[in-house]
Amino acid sequence: MAERLLEVKNLTTDFHTFRGRVRAVDGISFHLDKGEVLGIVGESGSGKSVANLSILRLIEQPGVVSSDGVLFKGRDLSGLDARSMLKIRGKEISMIFQDPMTSLNPLYTIGSQIEEMLLLHTDLDDKGRKARCAELLAMVGITNPEERLRSYPHQFSGGMRQRVVIAIALAADPCLIIADEPTTALDVTIQAQILRLMERLVSRAGASMILITHDLAVVSRMAHRIAVMYCGRIVETGPKRMVIKSPAHPYTRGLLGSIPRMSADQRRLDPITGMVPSLLDLPSGCAFSPRCPRSQPICERGVPPEIKLDGGRSVCCHFPQLENL
Amino acid sequence: MPSRAETRGPSNPSMLSRIAASEFTRDFLSNPSAVAGAIIIVFALLVVLIGPHVVPQNPYDLKEINLADAYKPPIGFAGSSLKFPLGTDNQGRDILSSLVYGCRISLFIGIVGVLISCVVGTTLGLVSGYYGGKLDSLIMRIADIELSFPSILIALFMMSVFGRGIDKLLIALTAVSWVVYARTVRGDTLGVKAKEYVEAARVIGLPDRIILVRHVLPNVTTSIIVLSTLNVGGFILAEATLSFLGVGVPVTRPSLGLLVKNGFDVLFSGYWWVAVFPGLFIMVLIFGINLLGDFLKDELNPRLK
Repeated sequence: MAERLLEVKNLTTDFHTFRGRVRAVDGISFHLDKGEVLGIVGESGSGKSVANLSILRLIEQPGVVSSDGVLFKGRDLSGLDARSMLKIRGKEISMIFQDPMTSLNPLYTIGSQIEEMLLLHTDLDDKGRKARCAELLAMVGITNPEERLRSYPHQFSGGMRQRVVIAIALAADPCLIIADEPTTALDVTIQAQILRLMERLVSRAGASMILITHDLAVVSRMAHRIAVMYCGRIVETGPKRMVIKSPAHPYTRGLLGSIPRMSADQRRLDPITGMVPSLLDLPSGCAFSPRCPRSQPICERGVPPEIKLDGGRSVCCHFPQLENL
Repeated sequence: MPSRAETRGPSNPSMLSRIAASEFTRDFLSNPSAVAGAIIIVFALLVVLIGPHVVPQNPYDLKEINLADAYKPPIGFAGSSLKFPLGTDNQGRDILSSLVYGCRISLFIGIVGVLISCVVGTTLGLVSGYYGGKLDSLIMRIADIELSFPSILIALFMMSVFGRGIDKLLIALTAVSWVVYARTVRGDTLGVKAKEYVEAARVIGLPDRIILVRHVLPNVTTSIIVLSTLNVGGFILAEATLSFLGVGVPVTRPSLGLLVKNGFDVLFSGYWWVAVFPGLFIMVLIFGINLLGDFLKDELNPRLK
């Protein structure tokens, strides 16, 4: 069995607002093995990004994070002091952001922004850093890297900027890369290129990756395992193939059902009815019950427990569906 | 054929030619009022730097002053003397020389005062906006309280408690003007802080103070530049007001405002020139500073372009 890299136990993140407590992440647990790519899927506001920022302890007031432990390489990040945390961020765990238009500082050259990471986390001297910067740019497929190091972000296109962001994320050889919707802001042709690039670089570096997205196509392409989040809870996890082929949770079914298929002769898509409930006013019991086609009275009473299914799957539903889609 | 990186890249030959070719320079040169403002400011700086070596008299040096020369009118009026082109005041001090020396003090207070209040206000604004929480509330509530009084009133109060003096004046003016910087910078900081490159800097493990200096501060400088330029004028004016009211600079070091006050006492006795020339000088100086400040405000605000 592969080595366990990250284990998150019962992570909860609350935001205290004037209108009450918002539980953005509600007791989620998941794990990640070395070299594994975990896809976290969910709608906007389902807590995907907050969960990962909570792992890095980058949640700000009025957010409060609690957990039974966030074990990274056997060390508990939740109890680490701030100084050690600075060493983890970037060096051990780095992030790729959604919008390449704003994730680079417009006032500094590409080179100096990559160098900043190397300055912090490596012992390379000036010359070594320059060489490494150029090497990184070449690695992410930017031609003429020495020249390009002196360019500013506005001289780059969106796809190229995202390549630079990836280069920065990989600069210090991290073990874990958290990619927060890395391709959402890019157009479709560039998306495919960037995904292919990330896939290749991550596997070559032997790193693990958490891929946060609302795009099932992206996840089904890259992830080994999938976790589906809804209203701050993980409702279903499992190996990619099983989750896509025979989703057990009605929400996952709904998500897959709302994707147009080339093969089927559909006149209309089947959207999930209703709206995502406000996190301030979650339904008691299963958060999905008001929208669920199979909802029963028991669903409105109690939060469904996690049920282990065969093949490493688990689902939080009173009535998991076991037949194929 | 040169590659695109060579023709458009940032590896241009010299800094100077880059400045000369920049959009900023072009806009500046095609804006007559900005050029006029700059000329006035450069003129004032020249007056301050070389004026004292050119003017006929050192008005602080009692040996050079002759009471018999008191109230000489400017050239062109009966009884004038070529030695005193703009006339003299009640003690026989040359108005032109007093202007030059007074301008020195006024500009010193304007520029140094703005620098101090800029540093104080910007620091507080950055900290306030970046860290938020209780500290932010505290700083901003103090700012709110200050803003609920007319600033000249606070300065007047502080000066009457401290007494006259250039150092005390700087403290009083800083105490009333840091607020503007702090509030503006705080607002900008909140905006910059939400940008992903700041989050990215946090994610790569950069300590907060380095993020503040390297990533936040450079992105809020435009408003600081604009505010500072306009504030130099405001400071000179505030100093003039305080001096006019008799609580500003010491009488032995007359600034432009104090010169106006000295002249005002005898304005209706027919000695109009003692007050009018310093007054005009202040007006032109502030006008020039404001012209340049307005240009900078429009130029550095991308939404107005």
